[in-house]
Amino acid sequence: MENFFLYSAVVLTIIIAIPLIRVVKGPTIFDRLLATNAIATKTIVLICLIGFLYGRIDMFIDITLAYAILGFVGVLAIAKYFSSPKVRRNA
Amino acid sequence: MLEVQSIISILFVTLGIVFMLMGSIGILRLPDFYSRTHAVSKSDTLGVFFVIIGLIVYEGFTLSSGKLFLIVLFIALSNPIGTHALARAALKKGLKPLLHDDKKGGES
Repeated sequence: MENFFLYSAVVLTIIIAIPLIRVVKGPTIFDRLLATNAIATKTIVLICLIGFLYGRIDMFIDITLAYAILGFVGVLAIAKYFSSPKVRRNA
Repeated sequence: MLEVQSIISILFVTLGIVFMLMGSIGILRLPDFYSRTHAVSKSDTLGVFFVIIGLIVYEGFTLSSGKLFLIVLFIALSNPIGTHALARAALKKGLKPLLHDDKKGGES
């Protein structure tokens, strides 16, 4: 069973690396933010799998909760900032 | 009993990883920002849901599985909210959606 968690963590790392292409070449700034949000969501699952791999899920689960809240608040704050009419930067 | 738990857990985790792979390919392949939000919000949420449900089945009935269930609830609430906030910010900023009668098509 530990082997299965290891293999699924490796596959998930490859899946996480795919939206980085959209971060690099996205036409607008919202594409980059969207791909960053997707990476943050999948990293939550990766941290859970690493916790099961080390057998210390009771410690890693708190790191996962903190990371989920940080990603959510960050995306909301950046979306609020860019939707403000005072921001002069082009999309 | 343990074998049944492991098999159900492996099935759920594999299904969730397949859904997340679909979401990643969708971020690359879809032509527009507003259509890419579908790939992020829907299929990613379902993939995280399936993987963490599989981990709950493997863990059993402990305190950690309760916290994992709270993570599932939080992601099912927060991921569509964040994507919707981004789409609304883009709409306020004046980003045009790709319509059907556009001749040139989207960029890759």
